[in-house]
Amino acid sequence: MAQIHLEVVTPSGPVVSEDVDVVTAPGTGGEFGVLANHAPFLTTIKPGTLSYKKDRDTTYLMVSGGFVEVSNNRATFLVESSEFGTAIDVERALKAKERAERRLAQVAQGDEHINRIRAEAALHRAMARIQTAHKTKL
Amino acid sequence: MPGLKDVKNKINGITKTAQITKTMYMVASAKLRSAQKKMEDFRPYTAKFTEVMRELSAGREADAGALPLMEVREIKTVELLVITSDRGLAGSFNSNIIRAAERLRKQYEAEGKKVSFVTVGKKATRYFRKTGMLRAHFTDIMAAFQMFNARDIAQAVTTAFLSGETDQVDIIYGKFYSMAIQKPEVEALLPIQPVVANTDNAADAIAGPTGAYSFEPDSNEIMTDLLPLFLNVQIYHAMLEVGASEQAARMTAMDNATKACKDMIRELTQLYNKARQAAVTNELLDIVGGAEALKG
Repeated sequence: MAQIHLEVVTPSGPVVSEDVDVVTAPGTGGEFGVLANHAPFLTTIKPGTLSYKKDRDTTYLMVSGGFVEVSNNRATFLVESSEFGTAIDVERALKAKERAERRLAQVAQGDEHINRIRAEAALHRAMARIQTAHKTKL
Repeated sequence: MPGLKDVKNKINGITKTAQITKTMYMVASAKLRSAQKKMEDFRPYTAKFTEVMRELSAGREADAGALPLMEVREIKTVELLVITSDRGLAGSFNSNIIRAAERLRKQYEAEGKKVSFVTVGKKATRYFRKTGMLRAHFTDIMAAFQMFNARDIAQAVTTAFLSGETDQVDIIYGKFYSMAIQKPEVEALLPIQPVVANTDNAADAIAGPTGAYSFEPDSNEIMTDLLPLFLNVQIYHAMLEVGASEQAARMTAMDNATKACKDMIRELTQLYNKARQAAVTNELLDIVGGAEALKG
């Protein structure tokens, strides 16, 4: 089967650089898949689970927001952070989720000291981690 | 002539100082290595990011008004984002950055513009707090900062820019040119200017948008999402530069200090030996004189 080169790059270095069969990613406009020789396109990514299949094995990765560029049979994901599903600390993610929810509740009650945008982003990241870890285990 | 004991104490003291400066030199060199590694790791990300930004912003000057972060207004207030280190003992590294910022402030004020400051790092914060023009500050993050720190800073400057409180934002930081050279660098941050192709790639610049990509949903929406990220990237990059420059500047400063200590120790040792010799001679003279007197 024809393959596509997948690259996941974060500010602290590349995470994945591999030829894969198919990539599925959480686009801002909905989940999408990329196969070999896809037409060049560019879209933004929201926090969620990126997965790729290679020789029947599926690997799951948590990605935070960013974007993807597909061209010349390469899919390059630029995300602010990324983590393999197997490396996710679920306990920590759950705690982060609770904390973010608590903060958002405080914002809803009119607490102005809390940065709403930051709390929301933290919540999305935590949920992406939990979801990714969950998918990895299945 | 200083007493023997005083000179000896001084030598001991300076030897200890030399030990400390030498250790600081070694610590700084280890930290510089990790700071450079961090810069190295970041390079693929920025390279790709800039490439995509160029693709997206080509031929876009006309409709820049559609994107608030690119909006060019009449400039009444300029914000200076000054990035220094948290810690001192790095020679004139931080004061050079602060001086460059002051110069810029005077220049803007002479043009009749209002200036406000956002600082990163204790050194800049301490200095600009006194001016009463400090709008926000971020300290104690330079030792181990990450992308989210840059995001917080970007948010602080964009909020003011979008609300019209500021019309332009410049960033001032210490750029790492080499082990020996670190210089203050000023760059325009907001409004974001379209990224143009390098001049040595003139052919690309003329060609305009390649139109090779299809954008999902469309290029404007993608730009809206990408521009804030682009700011984070620029600020993070400046912080990386400051991180590396700080350590390199400290290495130079500490190396000079160690050398100065060694020179002083050499001089003082000579002085000590002279004083000791004088004391020995005096004692001998006393003894000889005494013996002569007894003989008499």
